[in-house]
Amino acid sequence: MSMLVIDDITLSFGGNKALDGVSFSVEPGETLALIGPNGAGKSTVFNVISRFYRPTSGSVRYGGQDLLQLQAHEIAPLGIARTFQNIELFENATVLNNLLVGRHARTPSNWTREFFFGGATRAGERFARRKVEEVLDLLDLQHLRDEIVRDLPYGARKNVELARAVCAEPKLLLLDEPASGLNPEEVADMAFWLQDIREELGITILMVEHNMGLVARLATRCIALASGRVLAQGSVAEVRADREVRRAYLGTAA
Amino acid sequence: MRVLFKTSYDQDIDHLVDPGERIRVGLVIAAALAAPLFVSSYFLSELSIFICYALAGIGLMVLLGFTGQVSFGHAAFLGIGAYAQAALLTHGVPFVISLPLAGLISGAVGAALGRAVSKMHGFYLAVATLAFAIVTESVIGAAEPITGGHMGLQVPAISFFGFELTENWQVYYLYLAVLLFIIWGTANLMRAPAGRSMIAVRDSETSARSLGIDVARIKVRAFFVSAAITGVAGGLMAHLLFYLSPETFSLLESLRLMLMVVVGGLGTISGAIFGAIFVSFLPNVIDLVRAFLPSALADQAGLEYLLFGAIIALFIMFEPLGIYGRWRKLRLFIETYPYYRRATFVRQKRYLKSERFR
Ligand SMILES: Nc1ncnc2c1ncn2[C@@H]1O[C@H](COP(=O)(O)OP(=O)(O)OP(=O)(O)O)[C@@H](O)[C@H]1O
Ligand SMILES: [Mg+2]
Repeated sequence: MSMLVIDDITLSFGGNKALDGVSFSVEPGETLALIGPNGAGKSTVFNVISRFYRPTSGSVRYGGQDLLQLQAHEIAPLGIARTFQNIELFENATVLNNLLVGRHARTPSNWTREFFFGGATRAGERFARRKVEEVLDLLDLQHLRDEIVRDLPYGARKNVELARAVCAEPKLLLLDEPASGLNPEEVADMAFWLQDIREELGITILMVEHNMGLVARLATRCIALASGRVLAQGSVAEVRADREVRRAYLGTAA
Repeated sequence: MRVLFKTSYDQDIDHLVDPGERIRVGLVIAAALAAPLFVSSYFLSELSIFICYALAGIGLMVLLGFTGQVSFGHAAFLGIGAYAQAALLTHGVPFVISLPLAGLISGAVGAALGRAVSKMHGFYLAVATLAFAIVTESVIGAAEPITGGHMGLQVPAISFFGFELTENWQVYYLYLAVLLFIIWGTANLMRAPAGRSMIAVRDSETSARSLGIDVARIKVRAFFVSAAITGVAGGLMAHLLFYLSPETFSLLESLRLMLMVVVGGLGTISGAIFGAIFVSFLPNVIDLVRAFLPSALADQAGLEYLLFGAIIALFIMFEPLGIYGRWRKLRLFIETYPYYRRATFVRQKRYLKSERFR
């Protein structure tokens, strides 16, 4: 059974149709790439899944759950985590604290108990910390643990944001342009880490990416979007060879 | 520079792991405990007022410094706490119950306000909290049966199980105990999921939501904690004022609290304490300034407003990290001399940031 089923979603901003009858599904275990020219609606799809935007029609189902019935903060506990195109970290907190917030949906919280910080709270903190350390190890971020995020260079932030999403113990990870703004060396590292995440943690990945090298290396399937419509789907090679897709990228499409 | 080698996760969880910091805090507490031996009874009551402001500052810090929600009317909670305390004691509720209850009442009002403004940001939030303070002042003035209206309300003395605290040093120790308890509890919150979700709401509501944080709920809780602490501060302050009237908790008082956390340094508990020290000395400074001004200007009623506003503006422009930030820079300069980098503190944060989306 499909993990995530997006069925015929439409969404307009004013007169601008950002999504126009988009349908596709994500199968468990795959790495699905969402490609398309700027303004195609890729990030908008993510924002619909995250419940930041409400589509005017269509449905989004995740493991039998209708996501459109839920609020944005009810998505993470289901096992969906994401990163943002423009990096949204907690700038004034350390990397460690950013990742600990990543565990929010997996950590019970009781403010009265936390005020007195009894044994249960301490045990919870230790457990969360152990889990975070595993992610720091996996993504080679131990040396940045105590750095304040605002002092980090762009590439490191990208990794921290990825790590924070992984801390949420997702089953489905949404990555909005994980390689944008990275230099070739960093892109290679990113590919390596994404592979690790996929293989060691068995996380299903849906990613938006412009870097076709990375897509070719990681994606098991590919969907091309342009002007809010699905143009083609299939293997990366098939989608790349598709005439509609080529035209959309060259900007001569209708 | 000293480097602390950590060998267990508990060292990141525990308070005051750094030995230098532990010594500094220990010395401050020791000095506070020994103060009644060395200073006059009058100065002790001044110190008690300082403690009330420090508490109120911590309250506002929870909201503004940790959760990023501005409140321009926080003195309203000081007032609610003070009136609740006085009214409860007048009706025979013992002090040990009335003070926590005053905090809870203030907290409940805070939570209600938080609920109402949980979708607001920046300027709108500032105006809404300001309006709330003005309304509170009128309500206190109008609710004569409970508050005595503009006639004022007498505050009964503090008594513990029939034993009345008449000496200033007794009151001082009581207040110090409350302050240390609240500092401890707030520091606990800040090292737990509660504190981290407040920081998350402050720094990025968008990613907070994507990680499963119910932003509106965190705001309501932050308002509750903040108002409750400030309410306790008000309850304690009531006993030092002896007599309450609605004007006591005016806009000027709200501005003073704001001044405190901004000048002290947003985002740390220490900042609230530093701010309270600053605000306690400020009246002396204002008197000094008055002496140098021509009387036509010096006798103007709005001089405090002008000075408060000017100081807040100057700090936001030139030292957004506040006095505590200045102190950390100084410490880093000494510890790392001659390798100090000016750039270490260059980047800064605007707390009244405008609304933005991804
Ligand atoms: N909040 C918004 N308000 C108005 N229009 C929006 C909003 N978000 C997206 N859009 C519009 O929707 C369309 C799709 O935007 P989207 O961000 O999904 O593109 P994208 O495929 O992610 O492009 P890019 O590769 O540049 O990130 C664009 O025309 C964009 O201007
Ligand atoms: Mg995008």
